[in-house]
Amino acid sequence: MIKVENLTKKYAGFTAINNITFEVGKGEIVGFLGPNGAGKSTTMRILSSFMPATSGRASIAGYDVFEKSLEARTHLGYMPENVPLYTDMRVSEYLVYRGELKGVTGRRLKERVGDVKELCGLKDVENRIIGTLSKGYRQRVGLADALVHEPDLLILDEPTIGLDPNQIRSVRELIKNLGKHHTILLSTHILPEVEATCSRVIIINRGRIEASDTPDNLRRQLRGAGGIRLEANTGKDDGVAELQKITGVKDVSAEEEGEWKVFLVRADANADLREEVFRLAADRNWRVRELSQRGATLEDVFVEMTHAE
Amino acid sequence: MTKFFTLLGREVKSFFYSPIAYVVMCFFLFLTGFAFYIGVSLLNRGPSDVTVVQAFFNTILFWIAYLLIFPLITMRSFSEEFKLGTIEGLMTAPVRDWQVVVTKWLGCLIFYIILWIPTGIYFWVFTWATKVESAHAEGAYLGSYLLLLLMGMFYTSVGCFASVLTKNQIVAAIISLVMILVLLFAGLLQYVMLDVSGTMRDVFGYFSAIEHMEGFSKGIIDSRPIVWYLTMTTLMLVLTYQVFQTRKWKA
Repeated sequence: MIKVENLTKKYAGFTAINNITFEVGKGEIVGFLGPNGAGKSTTMRILSSFMPATSGRASIAGYDVFEKSLEARTHLGYMPENVPLYTDMRVSEYLVYRGELKGVTGRRLKERVGDVKELCGLKDVENRIIGTLSKGYRQRVGLADALVHEPDLLILDEPTIGLDPNQIRSVRELIKNLGKHHTILLSTHILPEVEATCSRVIIINRGRIEASDTPDNLRRQLRGAGGIRLEANTGKDDGVAELQKITGVKDVSAEEEGEWKVFLVRADANADLREEVFRLAADRNWRVRELSQRGATLEDVFVEMTHAE
Repeated sequence: MTKFFTLLGREVKSFFYSPIAYVVMCFFLFLTGFAFYIGVSLLNRGPSDVTVVQAFFNTILFWIAYLLIFPLITMRSFSEEFKLGTIEGLMTAPVRDWQVVVTKWLGCLIFYIILWIPTGIYFWVFTWATKVESAHAEGAYLGSYLLLLLMGMFYTSVGCFASVLTKNQIVAAIISLVMILVLLFAGLLQYVMLDVSGTMRDVFGYFSAIEHMEGFSKGIIDSRPIVWYLTMTTLMLVLTYQVFQTRKWKA
């Protein structure tokens, strides 16, 4: 659905995206992650034909976004960052206008506008002026706008930014449902959102793609990153020193809770050291009240891949 | 073509969404009404060989009111889209750049034409009340309003060009006002530059909107101003289009 090859965008004295290549297949929901300024919005703006690239190619539904821009745009529903809308129009009027612009006409236009209002929960505000709507409703108007011409592909730039937790949940549900019929590329900072909705994640940092995989695979790669949590009474032993002797342990931290100590053991990637830790505790006669693997979250993966070296 | 009319419809309607349209209309009606009053009172002083149409379109008041409305009409056209960021939604819909540029300009022009419609009543009322013809011939009405249309096309294109340069409406208004005034002053130069050659003076004479109006309001429809305004409008629209293509995503 999306095909990006060696795409580069340079601003004066600054490379926003550097030679990136990726593909998004039909029916996928792909999360586009990266710190601020990593090049997410730039990539999305190029894909939506809003901005030209410095070099490289990109296509949507088989149409090159530079050469066959109009066709590419017809197949795309794009929701820009911060959802700019004409604040002086009414919701229904705006959706009709956008539908017409995107080539939907006549009876079908009426149907589509009705459908997207239903789908995005805009029925009760259809006659309100957009400027008077809350942020959550505006976001939904933006989403309805992106959907009104039944595009094959949706590109959503930070669809849940600035929403409260309830609104985030409802938008997330909406996106998940849309994923049944549409291909979706969405960018976000909210990692649980990606874990909940996306079938694949692309992590971009400083204009380069760092990883592209399913959230599960990414977490698996970094299994050790979460570490092992051990709560024990080690008596006279120096727990930290003993634990560090285990091969594969990267570092150990400890916190005291009365006579109990809570150790956090970080291991090298892909190592599962729970057994070794248990054996050590048994050998040294430590009283153990908890031993658990703290699973790596996508957040750990994100930080690991994008934090400044 | 449907998209063209959709865009145009929104441009025209957008004037009426905001209070700007009503403020400009009131302001304009008041000033043209006042200019008309001045014109009529000039004729009241005694016998005169000018008609009320000529008197109205050639007062200084008319020109002040006239030139001030263009920045007000056009300043929003591009600047507001840049400022609100709605340009991104607009340009990622399947519309062509030229469609956007032409409909924005045409929207301004249509609003300008709407502004002028009530002034037709002035002359009708004048004839009805005084039993004197407002002009000697049909040509005077035709000439005056044709020139208004031509100048409107040109000055709105200047205003659109100013608006595409910036996302600040005030700056856009200032740029267009200055450009329009410079053009007006250029037309006046022929009266002050007595020492330069005749050709030079003639060249500046072609700029002179005031001179054009003197002729057209008598009913003398000269083809040179027509060509001048049409060419200049096209030029300004092409420039606007060029700037728009590079500016749309930088704003």
